[in-house]
Amino acid sequence: METAHKEASGVTKTEEAPNYLNHESGIWSWLTTLDHKRIGIMYAWAVAFFFLVGGLLALAVRMELFGPGETIMGPDAYNQTFTLHGIIMIFLFLVPATPAVLGNFVLPIQLGAKDVAFPRLNLASWYIYMIGAFTAIAAILLGDIDTGWTFYAPYSLQQGSAVIIMTASVFVIGFSSILTGMNMIVTIHKMRAPGLTWNRLPLFVWSIYATSIVQILATPVIGITMLLLIFEQVLQIGIFDPALGGDPILFQHFFWFYSHPAVYIMILPGFGIISELIATFSRHRVFGYRAIALSSVAIAMLGFLVWGHHMFVSGQSAVSSIIFSLITFLIGIPSGIKIFNWIATMYKGSIWLQTPMLYALSFLFLFTIGGLTGIVVGVLALDIHLHDTYFVVGHFHYVMMGGMVMALLGGVHYWWPKMTGRMYNETAGKIAVALIFVGFNLTFFSQLIMGTKGMPRRYYDYLEQFTALHQVSTIGSWILAAGLFLVMGYGLYSLVRGKKAPANPWGAATLEWTNVAAIPDPHNFKRTPLVTRGPYDFHLADEVFGGGDGAGDGAAVRAPDAAPPAPEPKTAQ
Amino acid sequence: MVSALLAQSNSVWLPTDASTLAPEYDSLFYFVLWTSVVIFVGVVAAMVWFAYKYRRQSPDERPELVEESKLMEISWVVIPTILVLIVFTWGFRAFIKFGVAPPDAYQIDVRAQQWSWLFTYPDGTQSSELHVPVDRPVRLKMNSTDVLHSFAVPAFRIKQDVLPNRYSYVWFESTKTGTFKVYCTEYCGTQHSGMLADVVVQSQSDFEQWLQEAGTPEDMPLPELGQRVYQQQGCQACHSLDGSRMVGPTLQNAYGTERQFADGSSTVADENYLRQSILNPGERVVEGYQNVMPASYSSLSDRQVNALVAFIKEQSDAAEGTTAANSSQPPLQGSAAQ
Repeated sequence: METAHKEASGVTKTEEAPNYLNHESGIWSWLTTLDHKRIGIMYAWAVAFFFLVGGLLALAVRMELFGPGETIMGPDAYNQTFTLHGIIMIFLFLVPATPAVLGNFVLPIQLGAKDVAFPRLNLASWYIYMIGAFTAIAAILLGDIDTGWTFYAPYSLQQGSAVIIMTASVFVIGFSSILTGMNMIVTIHKMRAPGLTWNRLPLFVWSIYATSIVQILATPVIGITMLLLIFEQVLQIGIFDPALGGDPILFQHFFWFYSHPAVYIMILPGFGIISELIATFSRHRVFGYRAIALSSVAIAMLGFLVWGHHMFVSGQSAVSSIIFSLITFLIGIPSGIKIFNWIATMYKGSIWLQTPMLYALSFLFLFTIGGLTGIVVGVLALDIHLHDTYFVVGHFHYVMMGGMVMALLGGVHYWWPKMTGRMYNETAGKIAVALIFVGFNLTFFSQLIMGTKGMPRRYYDYLEQFTALHQVSTIGSWILAAGLFLVMGYGLYSLVRGKKAPANPWGAATLEWTNVAAIPDPHNFKRTPLVTRGPYDFHLADEVFGGGDGAGDGAAVRAPDAAPPAPEPKTAQ
Repeated sequence: MVSALLAQSNSVWLPTDASTLAPEYDSLFYFVLWTSVVIFVGVVAAMVWFAYKYRRQSPDERPELVEESKLMEISWVVIPTILVLIVFTWGFRAFIKFGVAPPDAYQIDVRAQQWSWLFTYPDGTQSSELHVPVDRPVRLKMNSTDVLHSFAVPAFRIKQDVLPNRYSYVWFESTKTGTFKVYCTEYCGTQHSGMLADVVVQSQSDFEQWLQEAGTPEDMPLPELGQRVYQQQGCQACHSLDGSRMVGPTLQNAYGTERQFADGSSTVADENYLRQSILNPGERVVEGYQNVMPASYSSLSDRQVNALVAFIKEQSDAAEGTTAANSSQPPLQGSAAQ
């Protein structure tokens, strides 16, 4: 945050108009801010930090698996490393990343609102997140957490106090998630600009809406589960521990009742980002807007009814497994509809292959693999052999990293000019996409293969026969890391030296681009915008092309240049 | 990537198949795989083609609106729905086969603990390797003594979690003789990745011979065999070897010492006394202990009883020559595997 602040004042010295970055200064102005944009930025720093830590842990895991036996660490250290990788990536990075960073920053502006409905609650949720994060760091420093991110009982009950602190941290972070979700729902219901009907909401807003429903309804369950785990360990009450008369499968039900919907908390906002990117960079109305909007909500609802597909071989009843499998397939359909609709959106569009669009296309490629491998493990019989193997590891990384992280990177590049007022280096951006795409596939496609051959997950050591595939995977992880570090590098460079961004560098048609200054005003809009068209109606969006008068804010921002600066539009083909 | 694929001796996907369930599994897997490949190639080809064909020609390009086609939208809802329903039904039928063992299946008990497997045969024989006859359905009744584990044999395409508080079952009928790997696939702590075992699939006659030898090997010295029986039958649960008091009297120095009985009588424990106490434990109960030892040990063979007596004798200073030090040898491993 300190850096953000310095950067911010650096940016704004030369600007005359006050904006959200320069209208107040000093660290205190950030820590006490009620501005959704600043809170989004504060989340961004925290979340980026944990992404870095989780990523370094992943590199350590891959390094250890470069050969059978001990490579760089012993079994206990390895088990702790993959556990922390999972916990950090899920609870501290993936869950908060999009709703709290991009949701906070972009959503109110897309609605034409001044701020979220409850700005103080919004700040509180950031502090709660930070308290949870520091609790997690305390647990890490205490050491010896090797339960996996799933905390399965009774194993987790036999590990020391660090597990209690870590579960407490998950409990606390949950509140931040709930508060953010509630804030978003109320904001979307109550603070839309005049004319912004539900059918005119940008799809990013729809996706955050669906996500927030899941956050509010599912997160309390993980809170209760973690609390029960703590009670169980401290008071020995006998809920999960068979030695005390408890049932370990009950823990799995509780855990997945949250953690399956949680994967939708992680991926749904990604769908929203992808819709924005594909519409803007195809300059086309999203094909089947209503289907995409409603399928997000359908996924959010059905997502509550499929948790048992994590437990086909756990010992739950066969009847449950069969029902869960069927519903799992039903949830695959809306996801498929989205893919087809996005592809159809590109049809006869004007496709501009800038970095965010390349991320969107990578997303389509990788998320399709993630979805299809999800169908494979959703098939009752097929899951038996593949359960708890690297196939599952590959599958969820294709969904979570190939899907969500690609979408997030695309979104961050897309909104970067709006958040920082600076452009990043487009060429470096394209090189990074290529590295990430190639590295990702090397890393995780080899895992899909070794999974079908029976390589179990969470294995410190492995049989000789898997060595080649593990080495491909590890080498892939280096390429992937090189791409991500390149992003970090040119991102930081852009904060200091980046070219000044125009108000609407992409020629997008949603409010945050058409009616807001290059760096938004502290109050977003000088005048409440009046919305007269859908979010992707480029054929009506004269203001994007310099012709119309739009709903303008009446201040410094005029309609963006007719011809957005187009760095080498043809090179990316 | 290519070298990785070449390094695998067989096909790119899936390991060798060695059970009756495997071919069924594989055909379903390949059906889903190839259907997925077709869909995936279609999606990616359309995406790449559109990105090329409709690439931006100039910054102020404003593409025409495209009429939404209801037919197309309906088709990409209906066709995937039909496909997943086919796959679901197929998977459901196969799942039932995986779940229901034939009634004549040969049952073997499995005990999982951190971080080893123990297989117990109907005759009481125990082994850390799973030996099974080929072409015969085998049903495993599984239990864990500590945390969750999971029993997986990729070559058979089977997997089932093993729980501490209830039995779980898995069955298979192997079709090929040979040695295959058992993995623990539910994370269970430090040595999770070392919790492996071999499944040895043998012809019926080889299996029977193995079972005979693993149970009471002909050439094994009596005390050593006795130690194995002591472990296999779970004697250690009630009778310690180090003098500590458990449910039953310790076996340390049991032989050759004076025993006081609940009915007031007493005797010096000799070989006959030990034999009688094993076969008919309720006859004379040592003072201060409950009469709780099961009478089921009368089904042990003569040789097993002799072996136990010899082993118990070794635990006594009164027995000449040997000492209790022998008991620190690791039980069964290696010899059971023959």
